[in-house]
Amino acid sequence: MDSRTNIGRVRGLGSAKHGGEHWLKQRLTAIGNVLLTAWFVASLLMIPSFDQAALAQWLAQPLVAVPMILMIANIYAHARLGLQVLIEDYVHDDGLKFAAMTLLNFYVIASAVFGIFVVAKLAFTGAPA
Amino acid sequence: MAKNPNRPLSPHLQVYRWSPQMAISIFHRATGFVLATAGMMTLLWWLSAIGGGAESYATFQQYVVSAGADGTALQIASNWFFRLVALAVTFSFFQHLASGLRHLVLDIGAGYELNTNRLWASVAFVAAIFATALVALIVASRFLGVL
Repeated sequence: MDSRTNIGRVRGLGSAKHGGEHWLKQRLTAIGNVLLTAWFVASLLMIPSFDQAALAQWLAQPLVAVPMILMIANIYAHARLGLQVLIEDYVHDDGLKFAAMTLLNFYVIASAVFGIFVVAKLAFTGAPA
Repeated sequence: MAKNPNRPLSPHLQVYRWSPQMAISIFHRATGFVLATAGMMTLLWWLSAIGGGAESYATFQQYVVSAGADGTALQIASNWFFRLVALAVTFSFFQHLASGLRHLVLDIGAGYELNTNRLWASVAFVAAIFATALVALIVASRFLGVL
């Protein structure tokens, strides 16, 4: 028996009001990725030399470092949303799901920070010898 | 009660025929996984090798691109491994891009007619395979000196 009033029962149930957020973020980061990876592929095709000194100079330019940082951040944001769905769909055990989701967040955030740091360091301090 | 063994059963996984629309859905997930793991790890290694200086970039090249004349067995094995990774990542990139663009069209509510849906699912596969072959040809001729 539930002695609460009708309105008391209804409150706290139902939608969390976040239904569209994941879906919409997935699409917005997807559009971002189309643009940023198109830039990246075009840049790769136009790089004249693939030796380290030339690449370091290339990567340290603001017009390369900024889109590269944006691309890393956007790809990992998109990957986190997508891999989250994979885990939700295929990992059914609650404990395993929690572990997988934790690992996913660690992987995504650590990788994104690492990549952004590498590019930023090169852009701010110049190419090492 | 006599049962007709050939009676129609309710739809079940075994009686579905594999179609491009179904394949593209699971490929989208699989290729997304490949890109998020192998693709991004290799990209980060490349970027950090550039940032790490000439020596660290040489290590990257020896393991990923070409071990050179005095390469160790491990480096040569690693080269072949990364050629497979590069092929898988390249295909995954174009496949995920093509089916992602298809997804955006479906998301605005277009392209659900059976024939249209099947056609564009097939087109996405063909485009991805074609683009992968093109990149493989460019890389083989420009960097590996194969052609």
